[in-house]
Amino acid sequence: MAPVTPALVADIREKRYARARGGKSHVALAGLSLKVAAGEFVALVGPSGCGKTTFLNIVAGLDRNFDGDFQLAPRADGGPAQVGYVFQEPRLLPWRTVHENIALVLPPHRAAAVVEDMLKAVGLAAARDLYPPQLSVGMSRRVAIARAFAIEPDLLLMDEPFVSLDHDSVEQLRDLLLGLWHARPTTVLFVTHDMREALVLADRLVLLSGPPGHVVADVPVSLARNLRHSGAEIERLREEILRRHRELIGAAAAAAPVE
Amino acid sequence: MSTATGQRASPWAAASSLAQRVGSVALFIAVWQIAADAVHSRLLPSASAVFVVLARECVHGPLLFNLGITLARVAAAFIVAMALGTAIGIVMGRSRTIDALFDSWLVLLLNLPALVIIVLAYVWFGLTEAAAIGAVAVNKIPNTAVTLREGARALDRSYSDMAASFHVGRWRTLRHVIMPQLYPYIFAAARSGLALVWKIVLIVELLGRSNGVGFQIQLYFQQFDVTRILAYSIAFMLVIQLIEWAIFQPLERRAARWRQ
Repeated sequence: MAPVTPALVADIREKRYARARGGKSHVALAGLSLKVAAGEFVALVGPSGCGKTTFLNIVAGLDRNFDGDFQLAPRADGGPAQVGYVFQEPRLLPWRTVHENIALVLPPHRAAAVVEDMLKAVGLAAARDLYPPQLSVGMSRRVAIARAFAIEPDLLLMDEPFVSLDHDSVEQLRDLLLGLWHARPTTVLFVTHDMREALVLADRLVLLSGPPGHVVADVPVSLARNLRHSGAEIERLREEILRRHRELIGAAAAAAPVE
Repeated sequence: MSTATGQRASPWAAASSLAQRVGSVALFIAVWQIAADAVHSRLLPSASAVFVVLARECVHGPLLFNLGITLARVAAAFIVAMALGTAIGIVMGRSRTIDALFDSWLVLLLNLPALVIIVLAYVWFGLTEAAAIGAVAVNKIPNTAVTLREGARALDRSYSDMAASFHVGRWRTLRHVIMPQLYPYIFAAARSGLALVWKIVLIVELLGRSNGVGFQIQLYFQQFDVTRILAYSIAFMLVIQLIEWAIFQPLERRAARWRQ
């Protein structure tokens, strides 16, 4: 395959949080390097507290106070890369309707058509005029995903978007996400503490450890996505990864999902 | 659906609360009428006498003209005070440095008696309309600023981060993300603001204007015409209450739609 310009090249030498009192500071990331190819679906897997969200916030441009640098490939038309962000909580404005929440992130002249499209794509066309407090948790997360895809992101950041949902809803939302991603291809950086979830979704797993957060292993997943519905197959892959990277066992045990 | 039942229930609640209010006002007028009849003095005119004068003044006297003048001053001072107070409050709520620098100024201004501000405004800037309105506004600005500073401090960072990560522009962020979080504080400031502003406008008129409800009340005070003083007060109170019902309450309901 011909080398493609990576969608994201990040080299975070250090991210340190200053503590207001006591004077002690906390190093959240140290020497975290990552390269993500355009169109790739990468899962960042690691225990909670290893700096995954911190890393996403840096890439999203929300946190500029760090040592290191990162680059996003410009759009095909030369404009700056668009980043879509699905936060851990849906972060919908409760005082705006579903429709208005998505329209907010779009240029006004094309908002109406795109919003209708996206709502249909996530199966919420009927909910367009509801306010977020009227939605179920699962519906809110769909809207958050629709909002992120609506801007046709060059890079889609997802921060544990399926936590605090029941098993069936998680399965539905994973299918929905993969469906949207196939229809609207983009580069995805998906943060999770659940290696099984990462194995179901991603092309590649980047295993993190910390704090301070750093990459301990980079594992491609070659199994075709339509074969990943079998729990046994996922379990076999997971054990294989843990066997090859024994140093992860401590971290993986700490992050084992409670199911 | 829950919203539908909510809307169906509210007219009943509104009707019952309206009945209670009307009953309460009727009781007050009855007590007043009985007391006036018992005292039988020119200094405590009966309710009926006051309402007769009120009606006559509306039709033949200068009441409506003066009411209009006073309302215009109230509106001007209110708008200036709300605009400046809101801006100052937001800036102070967002910036620790500016807050530390000007907090004492705010405390000073809050504790400065309204009368002192009015007198100083007239002494320094002359007996002008601008001095009058400015003096009233300065009385209200620190109040609004303190309330809005609380609001600005309570802004939820996660929404601003969301807007920033999606590159929602400054103006749209202000309109859709920031302001809706401040509306409850703005309404609180506006409510107490209107009550404060109209009372101070009367004093400003009494001290340095030659028209308006405050000026008229001074005139009738010199003539010991309590009937007209009460007639003017009632007219003005009714208008202020009307503003509350016709403007503030609908706006507040609109802003709180999503909470239903």
